[in-house]
Amino acid sequence: MSRAPITGSFSLTRNLMGQLVFVGADGTAHEGVTPVRAFALTAPDAGISLMSSESKELQWIDSLDSLPENERHLITEALAQHEFMPIIRRILSVSSFATPSTWQVETDRGATALILKSEDDIRRLKSPGGLLIADGNGLHFMIRDRRDLDAHSQRILKRFL
Amino acid sequence: MTATDTLPEGWQTALPPLNAGEILLAWLELDLDANLNFRTSLVALTNQRILTATESWPLTATAHLHHVDHAGVGMLELDDGEKLLARWRYTLGRNPAALQFEREFNRQRDSQASGLPPPAPVAASCPICQLPIPADEEDCPNCARELHTPPSTWTLLRLWRFAQPYKGMLLAGFLLTLAATAATLVPPYLTMPLMDEVLIPYQNGKPIDTTKVAWLLSGLLGAAVFAWALGWARTYILALVSERIGADLRTATYEHLLKLSLEYFGGKRTGDLLARIGTETDRINVFLSLHLLDFATDILMITMTAVILFTINPWLALVTLIPLPIIGWLIHMVRDKLRTGFEQIDRVWAEVTSVLADTIPGIRVVKAFAQEAREAQRFREANKHNLEVNDRLNRVWSLFAPTVGLLTEIGVLVVWIFGIWLIAHDRITVGVLTAFLAYISRFYMRLDSMSRIVSTTQKAAAGAKRIFDILDHVSSVPDPVKPVALPPLKGGIKIENVHFRYGNRAILRGIDLDIQPGEMIGLVGHSGSGKSTLVNLICRFYDVSEGGIRVEGVDLRSVAVADYRKHIGLVLQEPFLFFGTIAENIAYGKPDATRAEIVAAARAAHAHEFILRQPYGYDSLVGERGQSLSGGERQRISIARALLIDPKILILDEATSAVDTETEYEIQSALNNLIRGRTTIAIAHRLSTLRRADRLVVMDRGRIVEIGNHDELMAREDHYYRLYMAQSKQLDELPALGMEAGMENEVVA
Repeated sequence: MSRAPITGSFSLTRNLMGQLVFVGADGTAHEGVTPVRAFALTAPDAGISLMSSESKELQWIDSLDSLPENERHLITEALAQHEFMPIIRRILSVSSFATPSTWQVETDRGATALILKSEDDIRRLKSPGGLLIADGNGLHFMIRDRRDLDAHSQRILKRFL
Repeated sequence: MTATDTLPEGWQTALPPLNAGEILLAWLELDLDANLNFRTSLVALTNQRILTATESWPLTATAHLHHVDHAGVGMLELDDGEKLLARWRYTLGRNPAALQFEREFNRQRDSQASGLPPPAPVAASCPICQLPIPADEEDCPNCARELHTPPSTWTLLRLWRFAQPYKGMLLAGFLLTLAATAATLVPPYLTMPLMDEVLIPYQNGKPIDTTKVAWLLSGLLGAAVFAWALGWARTYILALVSERIGADLRTATYEHLLKLSLEYFGGKRTGDLLARIGTETDRINVFLSLHLLDFATDILMITMTAVILFTINPWLALVTLIPLPIIGWLIHMVRDKLRTGFEQIDRVWAEVTSVLADTIPGIRVVKAFAQEAREAQRFREANKHNLEVNDRLNRVWSLFAPTVGLLTEIGVLVVWIFGIWLIAHDRITVGVLTAFLAYISRFYMRLDSMSRIVSTTQKAAAGAKRIFDILDHVSSVPDPVKPVALPPLKGGIKIENVHFRYGNRAILRGIDLDIQPGEMIGLVGHSGSGKSTLVNLICRFYDVSEGGIRVEGVDLRSVAVADYRKHIGLVLQEPFLFFGTIAENIAYGKPDATRAEIVAAARAAHAHEFILRQPYGYDSLVGERGQSLSGGERQRISIARALLIDPKILILDEATSAVDTETEYEIQSALNNLIRGRTTIAIAHRLSTLRRADRLVVMDRGRIVEIGNHDELMAREDHYYRLYMAQSKQLDELPALGMEAGMENEVVA
């Protein structure tokens, strides 16, 4: 079902309940709008869709830069609250080289531990050296480029690839 | 739980002091802060308020705590009905605790509002699945099964479990090895008298003692023949044993694999699993029958040789053995590198196989989209990766063997030098040196082959690890330790507050449904609304994340899986026919069915006639996917299969959506025979196929939004009405629809 993208003008506000309220070209207000990235990994900024609480697309945004300051701010804020993909900076230690293995890692959001259930949970990204690691609790950790990690982390990582 | 000292370790001082009469009821350790950084904090609930280290909110009647999760992050939101008061975040590992906190909060608030004391908590129940926990156990037996301990490094030793049944044969093999090795050590020993008492005296002018020579030479021959016979017996016995161990291992792995839940198969690639069961077990097998055997012989040989050498001449023996620790160190050094390398090769190899296993079943799609070149490229890349890893490993490996060779030569040289010096000083005879040289050549030969064991051991260990990965994987729908006997089923199913999560995606969120015996339920909703998941849970292909499903008052998790599934008939959108005859396929769920039963089932499924049109009737072969039959025909065979087991509960998952309208009519009448007198749960894309349903359950994004029959739901003019109208509108807009509906089915399949 290919529908033409909805690209008219719209406005966004935040209500007291902390939800985003969307008013589109037709003037109807939708509460509880969520912004979603269409290509969260390969092109995070290239396409963003505003979804209603019934999971209907309300608005397609080609690029955030084209938006007025207020809308851009609200969307970026909402995306930031929704997205949680800590980026691994260093792998401090692993409990074992056989899975399941508990990794002590340092991320851009602080130090934490993750459980790697199986090597299959490490997914190679299209970008060279990029890895996405799904931990046992469903969190995703990202390594931007494993070649940029320090030697110790790389040595550990290599045992799992 | 009355004072702050019940708080977990390290949090006793985290909260401000409580008021008089205030009782601490629950707490939640958070591990994320408002900016989603990993930082721990605490939120607690008392009988008066919710409080954190810095803030607190009273428990008013309008206060509302509400829980959402997205992408692995859970969130609790507190509002007063008008505006958001606070928001706390945590990773999903803490979700059960958070839900417990939310429940406790609701109980407290309701009791404050009504003025009644809060209802006593139900006897200890599991925070995850809410099943009562047996008094003699601490954790919920259903939930305490997550396997987070890694298997030990000495995986190969675990193969003992499979070797145990063959203990006797193994012992015999070992004794034979011992004897055979001893026999091979006799000839060099005999060279000593041959040299000192025969050859050297002859050079000094004495005649050769022919009887002595005859004795010594026949001793040499006898030892060789003896060693040959013993070696043959030992190799045969041990090969026999290892072949059996390998076969047991393969069977055990496959049997275990079949018991694992669909969840496991969803996350694995076929090629990888094929490689594990095929190649890895074979590799372990070869290791056990050849390399391990050789290794044991080598160890024995070296120990025995060393003992003999020391009894002849301790000093020369010492010199001979000097290179041993160096080689040992070398082996140790290279070992780690090799092991990781071999593990890597295995994974890369699985990648290569996976490309094949992905592409070949989907060859029609590949060709239809003319993507042969891309698939070839994908294969080439996987292969290139394979080469790279192998090249890296071979650099180390190729250096290793020549180095051992060089050390051997140096060792021989040292023995020559020291031996000549000892002879020159009349400390030993020429015969002793000859014997030493004969021994040492064997000795180092063994060392060299021993160094090879490193690579094969590592390969086998890596293989064993991957096998045990499967064997250690506890099914996520385990059979209970003490299964409850399933009472005779009437067909009622009670679904209570069921949640289901796949990875970090919540698919079902709180489903409550009471299905009466003999009732037909139609599940309706957009794709992705959770219909198929609910059906999978009812079949117990997966276990619920929270809540429970009961039949006849018994929770599904407490009965044996196979016992329960016997009562379920399943007809899928894409019927799978196994390779075999049509009759075998129909009797799949009941292999001992009589021919009459099979024919009756086929008749009821409206399959009888077309089966008779096949060249061999019921004995016609159908291929892996029943290629020679049409979609509707295959579907009717699968209906017959379900009919034959006479299930109490029948599940139709889009059973008619893959066929044209006319065939659908045929199938529909077949289904009507099937449905009669059974509890039926049907998912259908075309709402018209559900007109016989007693109740329609409309689902939307993991929740039930409407329940009722067609007329009631139409009168309500909400979800169902919209779905129905959209479909009848589409019907008017044919032929554009035909395409789209077809496309959608393709995607779902």
